[in-house]
Amino acid sequence: MKILVCLSNVPDTTTKIKLNGDQSALDMTGVQWVINPWDELALTRALDLKEKSEGKIDTITVITVGESLTEPTIRKALAVGADDAVRINLNPTDDYEVASNIAAWVKNNPYNIILTGIESSDYNGSAVGGMLAEFLKIPSVSSVSFLDMEGDKPLMKREIPGGTETIRVPMPFVAIVQKGIALDPRIPAMRGIMMARKKELTVVEPAGEGSKSTYIGFAMPKAKAKVKMIDAENAGQLITLLHEEAKVI
Amino acid sequence: MSVIVYTENWDGKFKKSSYELVSYAHALASELGVETIAISIGQVPEDQLNALANYGANKVLCVKNPELAVLDNAAYASAIARAAKANNAQVVVFANNFTGKAVAPRVAVKLEAGMANSVTTLPLSFSPFVVQKNIFNGKAQGNLQINSNIKVLSLAQNSFGVKESSVSLTIENFDAQLDSSKFNTELIEKNTVSGKIILTDAELVVSGGRGMKSPDNWGPLEELAAILGAGTACSRPVADEGWRPHSEHVGQTGKVIAPNLYIALGISGAIQHLAGVSSSKVIVAVNTDPEAPFFEAADYGILGDVNKILPKLVEAAKAFKAHS
Ligand SMILES: Cc1cc2nc3c(=O)[nH]c(=O)nc-3n(C[C@H](O)[C@H](O)[C@H](O)COP(=O)(O)OP(=O)(O)OC[C@H]3O[C@@H](n4cnc5c(N)ncnc54)[C@H](O)[C@@H]3O)c2cc1C
Ligand SMILES: Cc1cc2nc3c(=O)[nH]c(=O)nc-3n(C[C@H](O)[C@H](O)[C@H](O)COP(=O)(O)OP(=O)(O)OC[C@H]3O[C@@H](n4cnc5c(N)ncnc54)[C@H](O)[C@@H]3O)c2cc1C
Repeated sequence: MKILVCLSNVPDTTTKIKLNGDQSALDMTGVQWVINPWDELALTRALDLKEKSEGKIDTITVITVGESLTEPTIRKALAVGADDAVRINLNPTDDYEVASNIAAWVKNNPYNIILTGIESSDYNGSAVGGMLAEFLKIPSVSSVSFLDMEGDKPLMKREIPGGTETIRVPMPFVAIVQKGIALDPRIPAMRGIMMARKKELTVVEPAGEGSKSTYIGFAMPKAKAKVKMIDAENAGQLITLLHEEAKVI
Repeated sequence: MSVIVYTENWDGKFKKSSYELVSYAHALASELGVETIAISIGQVPEDQLNALANYGANKVLCVKNPELAVLDNAAYASAIARAAKANNAQVVVFANNFTGKAVAPRVAVKLEAGMANSVTTLPLSFSPFVVQKNIFNGKAQGNLQINSNIKVLSLAQNSFGVKESSVSLTIENFDAQLDSSKFNTELIEKNTVSGKIILTDAELVVSGGRGMKSPDNWGPLEELAAILGAGTACSRPVADEGWRPHSEHVGQTGKVIAPNLYIALGISGAIQHLAGVSSSKVIVAVNTDPEAPFFEAADYGILGDVNKILPKLVEAAKAFKAHS
């Protein structure tokens, strides 16, 4: 069995966002690039499943749609334990283009399970996983917080408002994962970093559809008014202010 | 031509968020000069369906195909995309909630449509079609131009508000013509907690961080929430340490919420925490550290020990409720 993990290459979550002079683009100079946190957890879970599968899961492949600047991120995933990697050489402008291009690869290189994160921490689209499944005409399960194999059959839990559902769908499928899928991401060890250099990173040219949307400008959020401090001794006054001034209770 | 809006129901009932969604779809449809058509899946009583007229729905399509009994993302997408095509939809609107995230991207591909999720306002312009949305978890906003003929949008909850506008409504059945052999999501078990306010629905939220010091100190926090009718939330370390259930964890790696009021008790206000709560309308921070970053994001602040302040808030909230 083969698992594919889709990796989004994103600025480190503590990055201060800056705009260029005419606000037409984000200024990405000096940004530290990392694996999108959900994708890191997806990869961790895939590796856990492989290790306990007694050989039934033979390869974990990672894939990124991005130009060569994404390679350090891909190498990190290889260092953590992915077996091989694919980079689709394209600077995508939307989720449609990303999903369509991954689908084009998967059509010729099938996988049993495909994992994506619920959201990329840069453009917050929450769309690539579902779109990919639709392009491939295979099932997708969203908000997945648990994935395990029961023999040859995968079992999942998805988080619904106020609870969880235990779900099964036939393979191949896309699982769109979120909190709970793995506890902590694996950190690459020295040995892994050395081995990663020898692992295969296949670069392919785009074969999917183009984008349907594009960002044409950016803005910083409006600055918030200064906080109104309330004396701790008279903390109860807050309730009055919330009712009379803020009108939220 | 039309704007199509998927109105989800919970045990046959709509929520305030459904009315907000229809209000938004109707505002869009008015700008475009087209009809607002709601799609409802499953059994919903007629009085519930009729209520959608109060927010601007001209028509409701009721879809009752048996394949839709369990949420199968592909089946739901097929049904909604078919209805969108049959009604010449220009825009298809979803809520940016669990179901919306599961279904909307698949609908976008079926309709060869560009998609924008978590929008908070009407488009900045219609031709070209440009919407503004939060990116980088609210650290910036982007203006996204969608170039496809049909557009798929998902609306951030509690961002547009419920707007009344009475129109007359017709109810029609719509057969989604699904091929049951193609859809095979098997629901094995469902676990839900009843009686608790669902965090993503809550209009008021009381939340605790590590500054609460011990899980034993949550009594007054829960009491305050109960008096106000608020949901309860927590920071990540609090959930990680098992002080509170994981379902309460908000932030970049937890739930993203936008209530009218968020009260942060003993939470520092780290950027990853703010990513999940900064769209709240009013924020209150209680902290012993005057430099705590939460004070920069807050509307009201109290400097002091949360375990001394909470009882005062509980008392004041009780008095307030007794008078109102
Ligand atoms: C240099 C550079 C410039 C960019 N400029 C733009 C731009 O102008 N506008 C824009 O919209 N985007 C831009 N992107 C981001 C890229 O197009 C995004 O990957 C795409 O928009 C999807 O983001 P999303 O937030 O919709 O993903 P989501 O749907 O939120 O992502 C969900 C999951 O899909 C998978 N995924 C997402 N993206 C990728 C990917 N690229 N490769 C493999 N798997 C992925 C991951 O598993 C992720 O967890 C740029 C990226 C780079 C590297
Ligand atoms: C990739 C990544 C993702 C993350 N995702 C999330 C996320 O989704 N959600 C999240 O919450 N965090 C997240 N974090 C963690 C985040 O960075 C912070 O560490 C976390 O939010 C801190 O929680 P806290 O404020 O409860 O605890 P602390 O940082 O320990 O802060 C406690 C606060 O309480 C105050 N305090 C102490 N005693 C008292 C008292 N007696 N009365 C009043 N105040 C008091 C202190 O001054 C301090 O401000 C993430 C981190 C990373 C790296």
